[in-house]
Amino acid sequence: MQDAFVKAAERWPRDGTPASPGAWIVTTARNAAIDRIRREQTLARKTELLARIAELPDDEEAVIPDERLELIFACCHPALAADAQVALTLSLVGGLTTPEIARAFIIPEPTLAQRLVRAKRKIRDAGIPLRVPPEHLLPERLRTVFAAVYLVFNAGYGPPVRQELCAEGIRLALLLATLMPDEAEAHGLHALLLLQDARRDARVTDGRIVLLDDQDRKAWDWPEIEQGRAALERGLTLRMPGPYQLQAAIAALHAEETTDWHQISLLYGRLAELTPSPVVDLNRAVAISMSEGLAEGLALMDEIDRLDGYYLLHSARADLLRRLGRTDESSAAYERALELAPSDVERDFLRGRLAELDSV
Amino acid sequence: MQYALLIYGEEGAWDALADDERGAIYAAYGALNGDLREQGKLLAGEELQSIATATTVRVRADESLVSDGPFAETKEALGGFYLIEAETLDEAIEWASRIPSATTGTIEIRPIVDHSGTGT
Repeated sequence: MQDAFVKAAERWPRDGTPASPGAWIVTTARNAAIDRIRREQTLARKTELLARIAELPDDEEAVIPDERLELIFACCHPALAADAQVALTLSLVGGLTTPEIARAFIIPEPTLAQRLVRAKRKIRDAGIPLRVPPEHLLPERLRTVFAAVYLVFNAGYGPPVRQELCAEGIRLALLLATLMPDEAEAHGLHALLLLQDARRDARVTDGRIVLLDDQDRKAWDWPEIEQGRAALERGLTLRMPGPYQLQAAIAALHAEETTDWHQISLLYGRLAELTPSPVVDLNRAVAISMSEGLAEGLALMDEIDRLDGYYLLHSARADLLRRLGRTDESSAAYERALELAPSDVERDFLRGRLAELDSV
Repeated sequence: MQYALLIYGEEGAWDALADDERGAIYAAYGALNGDLREQGKLLAGEELQSIATATTVRVRADESLVSDGPFAETKEALGGFYLIEAETLDEAIEWASRIPSATTGTIEIRPIVDHSGTGT
């Protein structure tokens, strides 16, 4: 505390007495202590710092920029459960309060508080280090960090939209891209979130889903799209392609005046090689239905395994069948999609499509 | 920090191995133990005899209940352990990953309670 008094004595005559001198001194004392700890280089001391942070009450600002990258990796350590990773990142790096995080994920506050307490204790008791992982661990750890940030954004993207979570996801992505400027996928993730966020308001109108093609492009946030394109550029110049850059490139293509479906289908093909998944296959099939033909797209869709429980597969099939004039099959597919749809917004959209079919 | 590395695996698996496969596993354990010792990290390490040799004891209301068999009948049984010194969980994970059983079974990593300074 002595340091803080000395600093106060120096600054107050210059800056004027702050409104709440007591609070200022406590904050400065903590900052001075943190400064001292920061200057320590050894791992043991940094781990100690993390333990101290872990013991601080949630709403107290304790971390200064330098430690945030290390903190993200600690919060996203694979020894922590995924929901704990996300909650902890939002709490310790994002600075959100426990009530804010609980509200955002629609979890009871005591449940979330317990989750945070347990996670912080695990970091301390199991010896999770506060550091950027060494080279050989970095690729897999980055994947976890990116996934956690994407989860934050995705939770806010909805429907229903929770804009603060989207903004927080983008802030975290920007932080990563800023602190790891040579990491191409960090720019890729940042770009992807920006490009998706730009369409946020156009996706749901009057509580109804609006498909990409039908969206009011004037409602897109074009400055944000420009930012997204710039972030993607930064990633691409590093010549280390990866799944987030690919997804961002696809999102950027969707923002062009005329959609280059062929390019998009090629990108999905590349994405399928890097991160194989039936959802990627589905998206590729949709792109091919647009670039090569409805029948070709449908044939690809029918080859996809393990997506029978996914409403979008049936919805996409239904759409192709409708446009091929196979009305009965289309109707059946929309019904199946309706059974599986996760919320009212999707259900309303599907019911609308069914009604259109019936009127044919 | 000190960690216990608890080695779980299917007991029948060892018997099903060919001689050269067992040889490779022994070699891997030898290398692991050597590296641990060299770096001063090995506190203890033992292989446990089969669960067929296990006996359980429970004392309830001053009565000692002794029975045949392990704590729980599970697909993967506790087959051995290491007690090691490691600076971080990441280091413990690296050592645990080198345990041959990690490729077919499961290694549980548990930090050890530090009783130093409390006299307990």
